[in-house]
Amino acid sequence: METVKLDFWASKRRLDVLRKGVALAAILVLSISMVIPLLWMLAISLKDAQNVFQLPPWRVDWRWSNYVDAWYPYGQPATTGVFWDDVRALLFDKESFWWYLGNTLVVTGLATLGVVVSAAMVAYAFARLKFPLRNSLFVIILGTMMVPAQVTMVPNYILFAHIGWTNSWLPLIVPAWLGGGAFNIFLLRQFFMGIPYDLDEAAKIDGCSAFGIFWRIMLPLCMPAMVTVAVFSIVYNWNDFMNPLIYLQDSSKFTLALGLSQFQSLAGDKTNLMMAAATVVLLPILVLFFVGQKYFIQGIATTGLKG
Amino acid sequence: MAQMTASTAPRLKGSTWEAISAYLFIMPWIVGFVLFMGGPILFSLCLSFAHWDGISGLGNIQWVGLENFRAMGSDPRFPKAVYNTFIFTVASVPLSMIGGILVALLMNQKLKGIAFFRTIFYLPSVTAGVASAFLWFFIFQPDYGLLNYSIRLIAQFTNFFIHLALPFDLPVKGPQWLADPAWVHSAYVIMTLWGVGASMVIYLAGLQGIPEQLYEAADIDGASSWQQFLNVTLPMLSPVIFFNLILTVIGSFQIFTQAFILSGGNGSPADAALYYVLYVYQEAFRLFNFGYASALAWLLFVVVLLVTLVQFKFNGWVYYEGDLK
Repeated sequence: METVKLDFWASKRRLDVLRKGVALAAILVLSISMVIPLLWMLAISLKDAQNVFQLPPWRVDWRWSNYVDAWYPYGQPATTGVFWDDVRALLFDKESFWWYLGNTLVVTGLATLGVVVSAAMVAYAFARLKFPLRNSLFVIILGTMMVPAQVTMVPNYILFAHIGWTNSWLPLIVPAWLGGGAFNIFLLRQFFMGIPYDLDEAAKIDGCSAFGIFWRIMLPLCMPAMVTVAVFSIVYNWNDFMNPLIYLQDSSKFTLALGLSQFQSLAGDKTNLMMAAATVVLLPILVLFFVGQKYFIQGIATTGLKG
Repeated sequence: MAQMTASTAPRLKGSTWEAISAYLFIMPWIVGFVLFMGGPILFSLCLSFAHWDGISGLGNIQWVGLENFRAMGSDPRFPKAVYNTFIFTVASVPLSMIGGILVALLMNQKLKGIAFFRTIFYLPSVTAGVASAFLWFFIFQPDYGLLNYSIRLIAQFTNFFIHLALPFDLPVKGPQWLADPAWVHSAYVIMTLWGVGASMVIYLAGLQGIPEQLYEAADIDGASSWQQFLNVTLPMLSPVIFFNLILTVIGSFQIFTQAFILSGGNGSPADAALYYVLYVYQEAFRLFNFGYASALAWLLFVVVLLVTLVQFKFNGWVYYEGDLK
């Protein structure tokens, strides 16, 4: 018995066990510090207004009505007692989060559709077709990844103001349909390049056009990559603050992120409502991430990223 | 089948036809690039030599030569914004690089339930934006915020043991964070570190691409795990580190949303949180100095380009497989 024990302490296994123990402890401590802010946000969102900063922070009043009140930062619209009129008044109040949610769904949906369609088209051409200037143009695409968005912010604003698109969703949607972003093109191109060329050849012999190959062969095979790009785009557009801030003036056109920032000026005793609204804004993204994370990490891994 | 090929075959040569369809495929990008990237870059270059309020017509653009660039010299907020952004970059880039690598190494262990922890670490970077900025606004509150509450608890706990033996104690009161110009950068760096999951995922993908045989070979040669880390993991991971370094530096030059929310949009306290992009935003969309703002933006562009080029120039430490050096 004694010798076995000694063996264990002298063996390499001891180091392994020790290392795993230390790693696990580190992971636990770090995970807790990562998650605590989010838990605190949940806790505040369920407190009474006067107890918001009561310590210890985990004391919760379970005031679920915050989640109802938070939908109307400027106060609930007057109700008349007639059921359908009230439903309409509550759902279509243009300064409510219901309205902002609708706006955000429209903007995010249309922009994401544009990103997926146009990035896939561009990426397909760069991955599968031969054409003059292909490499130079691809270097330019990679180069645009290094241009800070803020450099083009002012001219883009001027352009959109000039054609009268400010205070509309067009500046948030139309650019997405024109290229879909360098990072997404890069990611999809890596995917397309991994598909065997025999498929293209076989399809060509069968008389398939370049578009036919793209539509019938590439797209179905690249669904995981498309989902990755779609998730990236949804997260980006859902959280985007700067573009809506610059382009939207009417509060009836606000997105959720911009609507949330309005709480800042209303704040006062509404901190609990603000946190409830913030939780609701985060929730769909969290759900989306849980559902799509498999594709997500796989998608990043396949870009290769070799410099 | 042969008949079908004949009827759909274009009269043009195959390669010409392929080039034409390729250009049709990339047409959306070309239009988008000209309208929203190349064009704007040139337009803002022109604007940076002009005065313009952005509202009145293009006819009201006044050419002023280098006036905007000269104005930077006499504007006290310009060096402030440059300094703040520089300090933030210097502090946040190494910390988030090292933090990202360490977390990725931890998350690369073969442990039960590791996928769950990976998700936890990734969550903050998905929740980035206005909502998390608000959250941190409250976490940093000096008196009732979560951070100083934790500092107090930990300090009191530690003091209990210190008192048993030693005649001093740790301060119980945390700093003023966002209200104190001396601490405001630390607050932003802490927030940035909370989002370390984004780079963790990329490092993780890189770590999982390192062939297992390399470690087996090193094991046979009797290399300790520290030696394996230095001689296998780091070189093999270096392309990913390089990629992340470039993105992180560019990203830290661009800090905006958090600073906009936490400083009330004006870089308070005392312009200590006036980061460069916030400054550009204010000049353009609050003060309507579009010419000056364009000059500022172009300067940022040139600096980012130079910094990126310098990083490429000094990338001798990056190991590329299949590279004969």
